[in-house]
Amino acid sequence: MRIDVRDVTKRFDSFIAVRGFTLEVRPGELVALLGPSGSGKTTLLRIIAGLEQADEGQVLFDGDDSAAKGVGERRVGFVFQHYALFKHMTVFENVAFGLRVAPAERRMSNTDIKTRVMSLLSLVQLDTLAARYPSQLSGGQRQRVALARALAIEPLVLLLDEPFGALDAKVRKELRRWLRRLHDDMGLTSIFVTHDQEEALELADRVVVMNQGAIEQVGTPMEVYDTPATPFVYEFLGNVNRIPCTITGGAATLWGLAVKAESVNGAVVPPGDAPGFAYVRPHDIEIAAGGAQKAVVRHIGAAGPTARLELEVAGVPALVEVQLSRQAFFDLHLRVGQAIAITARGARVFPAASVPG
Amino acid sequence: MTAAAARTSFWRKPSILPGFGLSMGFTLLYLSFIVLIPLAALILRAAGLSWDEFIGVVADPRALAAYRLSFGASFLAAAVNIVFGVLTAWVLVRYDFPLKRFVEGLVDLPFALPTAVAGIALTALFAENGWIGHILAQAGLKVAFTPLGVVIALVFIGLPFVVRTVQPVLQDLNKEVEEAAASLGANRFQTFRRVLLPAILPAALTGFALAFARALGEYGSVIFIAGNLPMKSEIVPLLIIIKLEQFDYAGAAAISVAMLAAAFVLLFMINLLQRWSRARIGAF
Repeated sequence: MRIDVRDVTKRFDSFIAVRGFTLEVRPGELVALLGPSGSGKTTLLRIIAGLEQADEGQVLFDGDDSAAKGVGERRVGFVFQHYALFKHMTVFENVAFGLRVAPAERRMSNTDIKTRVMSLLSLVQLDTLAARYPSQLSGGQRQRVALARALAIEPLVLLLDEPFGALDAKVRKELRRWLRRLHDDMGLTSIFVTHDQEEALELADRVVVMNQGAIEQVGTPMEVYDTPATPFVYEFLGNVNRIPCTITGGAATLWGLAVKAESVNGAVVPPGDAPGFAYVRPHDIEIAAGGAQKAVVRHIGAAGPTARLELEVAGVPALVEVQLSRQAFFDLHLRVGQAIAITARGARVFPAASVPG
Repeated sequence: MTAAAARTSFWRKPSILPGFGLSMGFTLLYLSFIVLIPLAALILRAAGLSWDEFIGVVADPRALAAYRLSFGASFLAAAVNIVFGVLTAWVLVRYDFPLKRFVEGLVDLPFALPTAVAGIALTALFAENGWIGHILAQAGLKVAFTPLGVVIALVFIGLPFVVRTVQPVLQDLNKEVEEAAASLGANRFQTFRRVLLPAILPAALTGFALAFARALGEYGSVIFIAGNLPMKSEIVPLLIIIKLEQFDYAGAAAISVAMLAAAFVLLFMINLLQRWSRARIGAF
């Protein structure tokens, strides 16, 4: 099902949670709404679900305005951040709820409900726990019950609010893969909210980076990571070094690399000298003899698939993070306290006026 | 290690909380003085009667009529309160309206008001020439000086119990649960009936038990409105007072013991019901 969000604005008193938001979600897509807390992503999700009314704008499902449709009529499966399971019902009854409350003319027979619920429970690998109460389950199991419950009404759209927020790292990773498979197998159109950039980049077809109720950038995970549209996206996606620099004649030189400054957020690159910031990914820094900039190794983290170094560089307030392949790391024979030289392989420069915080 | 193990016994599970011995000892002493010893004295007093005399007093037709009225009216009043108490709690938790604080205060009034004052006020209202009484009289309904009057007085004094036990539970109920029900297609009534009601049922039952227990012992407000006709509108506490005024201490104690036993059994049953409904919800 195609979802069109058109110019949606939502205010809470004087606070604008969502401002003029427009987004088209294609059928079968899995879209992540990524942003810091307070960026309006959950409010937007609730508006799409019909749990909240937009002050302005429309939400269209396959071209039909949904305004007149209640929450229950949209065929939207909603998974709440804290699961919102019915505590006094067994796992089975939780999943069966949506089937039992259907209007009499559409309601399934008890045997059909039983078959359907059990098949959903085996899909989420909880068929052996059907008789348990939610209080007897672990967090990951509760999450899967919440998913099965949402899927029971055969939704066309699945909306998930921070679906893995409260789970530990290992369970989170498993559920992520499992959700991706489920989404593809069932032919759903899904939107999920997260503040975890890794989750968004790994799971989604497209990532919508939100800031203060508006879109900062929309793109595939590759696009968003490789070519962030704004300094905010750079900062929020993390894994980036922000280096203060001086823009002279529309360009800056960072560690031997000349970079043209870019105008964003209405901050135009000034013709003369101006302060700016250069953004360099940790894997875009090269350690080599004869490099343009001197640095001192301050910390080494070599456990894991790549080695992480933290360097002290003159003129940079924070430690600079560098990522190396294990092989490169071992070839260099680095020690803490060692003086080295670095060169930037790639960077982008923005005027200081366009950088948040 | 061995010392700690040696101090673990049937009475005492290992715990990091200090002061078990002292606080438990004080609790037992306190409960003994306040509850157990007076009740034992009561039973001792009743034991002064022979078995036949005891049965004669306890199963006297006038006493039987009084039990029926006391238990029946208390049960009815608590049942009325469970419905309207839940409704009141719902309104207080879910809606904002002008004078909400004032209404909150009104709910507690039956707690604070001397019950005799309540009795006089209710009698004045419901007597045949009272504001409400004369309207009901035109409809052929007599409230004051009938068992119905007893029920009304007991509803009045029992209301806060249900409201105050249900209110915090309603407050803690997660709004998301209702939204989840709605997103699964449940209408308002289904959400209330299948999601909210089961969640507040244990608290409502607690309120019911408290209101019921309070009503059983109520004296002040009832005697004014009841009319106190033997066999018709005479409650057990009044019967006991009458016996005392006739210096029939043993008889008064005998009826008290019968009342005590019945009340204990009923409260015990309500407790079981509560445990059952609570167990189904479990703790999150």
